[in-house]
Order: sequence, then C-alpha cells, then structure tokens
Amino acid sequence: MTVGHQPSAPAGPIIEARDVVLSFGETPALQGANLSVAAGEMVAIMGPSGSGKTTLLHCLAGILTPDAGEIHFAGRRIDTRGETERSALRRDRFGFVFQFGQLVPELTTEENIALPLLLGGTRRAAALKETAPWFRQLDLEGLQKRRSGELSGGQAQRVALARALIARPEILFADEPTGSLDSLTGEHVMDLLVTAARQHGTTVIVVTHEPRVAAYAGREVVVRDGKVTSFAAMPATP
Amino acid sequence: MSVPLTLLGLLEREPSHGYDLKRDYDAFFGRGKPLPFGQVYATLARLARDGKVVVGESEAGAGPDRKRYVITEQGATEFETWLGEPVEAEPHLQTVLFAKVVLALILGRDAGRYLDTQRAAHLQRMRELTEIKRAGSLVDALLADHGLFHLEADLRWIDLTTARLDALAEAVRS
Repeated sequence: MTVGHQPSAPAGPIIEARDVVLSFGETPALQGANLSVAAGEMVAIMGPSGSGKTTLLHCLAGILTPDAGEIHFAGRRIDTRGETERSALRRDRFGFVFQFGQLVPELTTEENIALPLLLGGTRRAAALKETAPWFRQLDLEGLQKRRSGELSGGQAQRVALARALIARPEILFADEPTGSLDSLTGEHVMDLLVTAARQHGTTVIVVTHEPRVAAYAGREVVVRDGKVTSFAAMPATP
Repeated sequence: MSVPLTLLGLLEREPSHGYDLKRDYDAFFGRGKPLPFGQVYATLARLARDGKVVVGESEAGAGPDRKRYVITEQGATEFETWLGEPVEAEPHLQTVLFAKVVLALILGRDAGRYLDTQRAAHLQRMRELTEIKRAGSLVDALLADHGLFHLEADLRWIDLTTARLDALAEAVRS
C-alpha cells in the first residue's frame, strides 16, 4: 500500500514539481508540493476548493513561478527561465483547456483552432488546412466558419480541445474541462480528449473536482493544504 | 435484482423457452454472474405453481428444453405493479463505510487513512467502469453509468466526511 506517499512513475518523468512553495500575499497556496508525471500518462489532480490544485497546474505549466522549489520539464529546470522562454514553451510544447472563455470571439472556429500554428509562424493557408482532421476527430464538421458565440458549450469546448492539441503538444493541461457542461456533453468531451491523447501519446494533467472526470485518468493525486497526496488502490473486500 | 420479476418481464415481451430466458437474462442482467439453468427452471416452476406463468405443451424437436412459458394475467399485473414502483430511496443509509468510520472514530483509530484507502478503491472501480463504458455497447454504458453515479455519490460523502473528521471525532466521543 502506498497511501500517503508518491509512487514512483513507471518511466522517467516528463514533468515534475519538487517541493514547490507558493503564497499569494499572506495566503499559502502550495506548501511543498511534489508531483512526478511520466510521458504519456494521464493524471487527475483533485482536492477541495482552495486546496491549491489549480495553482499547482499553473506552476507546472510555467504560468506561475514558485517562491521556492523547482519545476522540471523534459529533464530541464523551467521555473528559472524568463517569461519569454516560458511563453514559447507554453505555445510550442504545452496545450491548454480551461473551463470558460478560451476562444477568441472575433475569429471563426477554424481560425481559433489554427491559432497556435499561426502564432508559431505557420502560413495561414497551411495552418487552416491542418485544422481539417480535427473537425472530423472532434465531431465538429460543418462548424468551420462559425464564431464562438454561435457554438454550444460542448462545441466550444471541443474547439478549445482541438486548438490545444493541433500543435501536437507534449503535455495537455486541462483545468475543469467539463465544469461548464452537462453530464452527457462533458462525457463526450472527455471521451474525445482521452482518445486524442492516447492516439498522439500526449501526457495529460487534468484538474477536476468531478470523480467521473478523474476516472478517465490512469492515476489521481489529491492536493490538501498545499501538499500532494497519492493513493494506490488496495483490493477491496466484498 | 429480482430474478422472478425479471423473468416475468422477459415473458411479458413474448412467450419463451427457458433457454431463451437464460440467454436474455445473462445478456442484459447477468454481467459476470450468469443465471444457472437450475435456477431458471426452479424459478419458472415456482411462477407456474403460483399462477403467474403457464407451461405450454412439449414441442417436437431435439434437446430437453422444448416447453414454452407464457405469462398469465396475474403475472403480468404483478410485473406491471413492480415496474411502476419506485425503488427504496435510501437503501444504504447505514452502510459498511459509515460503520467503519464511526467505529474508527470511537476507537481512536485513523479514520482518515481508512477513508483515503476507500477513496482509492472507489476511484479504481470508477476507472474500470469508465473503460467498460468507453469500449462497450450502449447497454454496457447504461449499466456502467449506474455504478459510476453511485460510486461518485459515495466519493462525495467520503470527501465531505474527510473534511469533517475532527468535528465527527468530537461528536462520537462526547
């Protein structure tokens, strides 16, 4: 049984938080958080509201810089790099799906999906062409020219997912990806997310308060009081 | 799962042989626990004795199972009544989970550790059901969803109880 400590990852970690500490003013958010995620793994981060789970996700993704501790990605420390370098990392090697408001309302669906490629310097025609398979894979056919205001919640979230995955990120960070969706729509989004991630070998780190979303992951960790606890299931007695 | 009422339901659809009833029961309701032939025929015999089904004449053909069973008016009425009744809304008010937590607290044991272990077991089962749902048919998904929602309800209770452990410990020891 490994309740209360971090089990070792099956392969070398692609991303790792080591003793990460971060406070917002007087309020401690992370107090020595450790998490190691192997390449291709899908890990769910759970925990009560205010426990620090989103803060941990943001530290791992280079959005926030820890006060102490280290973040390592692909064998290199990233928390000490400058904002320009971390921004390039987020654009080129990470993908993001959040709960709300991710799409640029002025852009069409296909432009939204192509955005990471356009920002990375791909020519417009080539970038838009790259979006085609994602419309098929994420059940978005026929919505190419719509703007975000003309999409349902589930459609918008699938567009966000396509945008997060189009540049073939090594890690997909998802923060409550189904939080604004009904059960059936959320399930559809998670199903597509898992299928796409497995197909492309993408590592997924998902923050969720919903056990049914966490159940799509191969492993869960719980953040409590700014620290990470991992559990390994024991065989249950009947 | 009430085997007699489920068989009555299958017979309400159409008169059937015992073999067909077993096949359909196993396909929809058996899920890893198929109904033994002995239980099928014993149940049908009781239903016949109680006037809820009647047994047709033996039909010509190979094999021993050549009798067709037909639901009676009494059987159909009983089935319809059962089908329309809600299931007890709070069947698990005092579960083993609850008993273990309270006993751990009374005895000064580590209830939090037990809840963490239970939480991991619940999520492991939810992962298995999620995979079944993703790989299986819509009927598989329906059954898996029923399990998933119940496990999720337990998990929410586990999380809430974990958050309240200190107060609960005081309450049970006072």
